[in-house]
Amino acid sequence: MINKFLGFKPDEKLLPHKTVTADTEIDLSSHKYQKIWLGPNHPGVTGNMAVELTVQGNTIMRAKTHVGYLHRGFEKLIERRLFVQGFPTSIRMCVAEPDTNEYFIARATEELSGYADAVPDYANWLRMLSLEMARLQGLLRGVPGQGGTFALGIGVQWGVYLRDLILDRFEELTGARVYHMYIIAGGVRGNLPAGFKARMEDNLRDIDDFIIKIKKLMFDNSVFKTRAKGLAVITPDMVDKFGIVGTNARCCGVKRDVRKDNPYLFYEKLDFDPPTATDGDVYSRTWIRWQELIQTVDLIRQIMAKMPEKGDIRCQMPNVLNWKIPKGETYVRLESGRGEMGMYYVTDGSDKPRRINLRGPSYNHAISVLEHMLIGVDVADVHAIMVSLQTCPPEIER
Amino acid sequence: MKELIEKLNSKYDLQEIVYQRDNLAFTAIRKENAIDAITYLRDYEEFTHLVMMSCVDWIEDGKFQLLYLLNSPEKKCDIGIKVYIDRENPEMFSAHHLWKSVWTYQRELKEFYGIDFPGSPRVNDDFVVEGWEEIPFMRRDFDTHEYAEKTYFPRGNRKTNDPAEYMRKKLYPNQPVTAKQRKDDK
Repeated sequence: MINKFLGFKPDEKLLPHKTVTADTEIDLSSHKYQKIWLGPNHPGVTGNMAVELTVQGNTIMRAKTHVGYLHRGFEKLIERRLFVQGFPTSIRMCVAEPDTNEYFIARATEELSGYADAVPDYANWLRMLSLEMARLQGLLRGVPGQGGTFALGIGVQWGVYLRDLILDRFEELTGARVYHMYIIAGGVRGNLPAGFKARMEDNLRDIDDFIIKIKKLMFDNSVFKTRAKGLAVITPDMVDKFGIVGTNARCCGVKRDVRKDNPYLFYEKLDFDPPTATDGDVYSRTWIRWQELIQTVDLIRQIMAKMPEKGDIRCQMPNVLNWKIPKGETYVRLESGRGEMGMYYVTDGSDKPRRINLRGPSYNHAISVLEHMLIGVDVADVHAIMVSLQTCPPEIER
Repeated sequence: MKELIEKLNSKYDLQEIVYQRDNLAFTAIRKENAIDAITYLRDYEEFTHLVMMSCVDWIEDGKFQLLYLLNSPEKKCDIGIKVYIDRENPEMFSAHHLWKSVWTYQRELKEFYGIDFPGSPRVNDDFVVEGWEEIPFMRRDFDTHEYAEKTYFPRGNRKTNDPAEYMRKKLYPNQPVTAKQRKDDK
């Protein structure tokens, strides 16, 4: 990187990052290589995960992801509890956007017990509002966070302040800031408070200003451009091979978005087009997320304008303490801020689920994709790549 | 979706078919045909996206149910291929040559359920728990409560209150205790 600025051109054949591949033989006893651990407690690592790096100088020759530092066996715990008790446990599986897991369990139990069509329209609009608010608060942390990995720390502070404003709205709507427990089987837990839309509109106007400022801070910045352009490129042929989803797939021109491909709730009634790019590098991924930020603000405005003024917030459901669901299985998915998330839900006719399995986008992004991408990369760029892939270890460990 | 399942049925003799939604179906297939069918779906029917691999423990039948959930981005539908394998010495053919993400799932299933996938890269590496010596923890016969009782122990000098009794004493200290409450307290 320094060579780029100094204009120094060494013999490229001698540099390890030009020649290293996944098949390069590494002899640790040759004293040419060194092992270093990045994480689990490291400010640059996303969440509590560790990457075991084998390096030669500054160049990474091999990388192995290690997870397990957050393992609490949530899926096992949910198998041992009543259906309704699964809600507070499931949201702990995703700190960044916990509302997605509430939706999965609610939708899966409704579908398997035959209440899928009974949920009132107004409740579905409120569900969509809470899911988009969750996406917005995730992006407010994620977009400037990418700048943070290149030492542009000020954007993170702006983003965290605005995220707090959205958490204020969540607190009004649900009574909680991070783990909301808002979407429940049959509908949602509460109605919109008086004056909510006006206060939300105030916050969205602040976020509009932030969107312009963050563009100047990051995308017009030569250091950010120099470091992010051409770094960790995802190519279209990698998408299916590695199971890449969401913005990480859209950054190389593969237009995948569950909201468009398998529409759920009332996304068909909203006017939006998921942004795509062609380069597939860290810069493209950040650029797409910045455009998603604009789009999410627009979607929240559209939802607030199009949703009915009032209506039922939930339908009549069985007594949750004696609720038994017939034997069956289903898979429910949605588009989270990080890509396709889903839940495989199996019931056996008893009052507890037989098996639940969360499919998080990080499962592939943080293990097979990250290990593949880090080969030949400079150690200083690892955090940027991790943040650009939006790795989130709780989804892997569950 | 129905045409596809019928075509698949004529080729691989499917065992059970459930249409869960218009765009989601589950079907069971014999172990020896499973990888062949998945390869066929990937290469000829545009099911190019492997959504997930999972497992369900049907302990009462002595079976593990493996699930390969495939998605077709073109047809916008999903198909779940289920494979039942014996719970005793569980083993399944590896599919790591089909997708780069499969070996991670197989490594997880080896640790969580003890299902072996011979030939799968790094299948014996620790995944989320290191140095685990009990039976695989996601099996139905692994009792989490018993394990916690056995492994961890109550810390000294720690007092545990019965929530109902504690709240009664705190909120209504002067209220006489009924015979039933006295009996419950004992």
